[in-house]
Amino acid sequence: MSKVFICFQANEEARPIVEAIEQDNPNAVIDYQPSMVKIDAEGRLDIKRATIEELIGRDYDLQEMQVNLITLAGNVHEDEDVFSLVRQH
Amino acid sequence: MQLDMKTVAIEPKRKTFDHLRERFGDKQPSRYQEATYDMQVEENIHYKPTWDPEQDLYDKTLSEIRMEDWYDLKDPRQYYYSTYTLARARQQEAMESNFKFAESRGLIGLMSDSVRAQAIELLLPLRHVNWSANLNNTFVCGYGYGTAFTQPCMFHAVDNLGLAQYLSRLGLLLGGKQSLADAKESWVSDPKWQPLRRYCEDSMVVRDPVKLFFIQNVCLDGLLYPIVFDGIVDGRFASEGGTAIGLLTQFANDWHVESRKWIDSVVKTMAKESEANQKVLSQWFDEWSDRAVSAILPVADIVLGEDTDNVVQQGMDSLRARMKKAGLSIGGEG
Repeated sequence: MSKVFICFQANEEARPIVEAIEQDNPNAVIDYQPSMVKIDAEGRLDIKRATIEELIGRDYDLQEMQVNLITLAGNVHEDEDVFSLVRQH
Repeated sequence: MQLDMKTVAIEPKRKTFDHLRERFGDKQPSRYQEATYDMQVEENIHYKPTWDPEQDLYDKTLSEIRMEDWYDLKDPRQYYYSTYTLARARQQEAMESNFKFAESRGLIGLMSDSVRAQAIELLLPLRHVNWSANLNNTFVCGYGYGTAFTQPCMFHAVDNLGLAQYLSRLGLLLGGKQSLADAKESWVSDPKWQPLRRYCEDSMVVRDPVKLFFIQNVCLDGLLYPIVFDGIVDGRFASEGGTAIGLLTQFANDWHVESRKWIDSVVKTMAKESEANQKVLSQWFDEWSDRAVSAILPVADIVLGEDTDNVVQQGMDSLRARMKKAGLSIGGEG
């Protein structure tokens, strides 16, 4: 299986997203680089709206994430509740 | 010659302050954590306050509620100065455009005289309820323990000023300056308003900060806002052509729904802490929510007439259900 990854700017808005990813994806490897956070995972990475909402205490639209998104790799499966990066082969 | 630019990642020796590391481990803290936890002074207070030598400056024993750690009472909205002001600024902009919309389309003029008169009679004296809610929450902020608990109370107090200002603006639109003076007159002398005024004034002399938090924000507001703004404004007024009033009081609804999350979480955490806490809270609920119901009945009656009992009962049932969910043991249905 190949890896997927996603990078965020290391700022206050991205912090709960990274934390949510950490909670929901035990296989994710988080690399804090200068002013950037890179998250690698084998095969699949899920970003769940509910988890982020719980962390920030307000409603969240997963598209808000795009503001702090630097880059990503993998096939995107997206709906209102989950943003997934998948690579099956 | 060739120059290679290279970034060097320097791992900081510590990612956060010691007091946050003790609580959450050595990781990047959120701004809310930095601005909240252990902010209040706990040590090296040399003297008792001159204005009341009986108590400590910050005194845990002012309340019947006991907490091992008062910072457990965190705010799920994670409001500190910056997030709070940004959130309210956004809401303020929305309200401004609501007012502009209502004024430019002449929505107030389209309302029937009876709806307008009822709105004036019901909503304007509520400004004075906001004032006591402001004082009470300021008191809780002053005498409560721990920044996590007291900080949002100050925000809540200021929100109440904002709510009162929106009601004043609504009043000026509906009935001009005189309507505000009349509302003050009803507040102090109209028998319909006296039970509610009495509730407010009695709450103002409660010295236990958590009790005051509870009887103001749970027992009174938890009943008043759903009944007045959900039941009457968005229900009765809207069906009689007064949608504009719902537009101009939108903040009250949104604010109540939002702050409920915080209030419920505080009550839940306190009740979970110990059986004694849970008992005290349940007792407060039984004592004060009945008073709140009888204070609100004559006020709701201004608009609802024979439906009053029904609507107030519904409000009470859902407040009961809310508090049961938060872990209180209280009688009745819901």
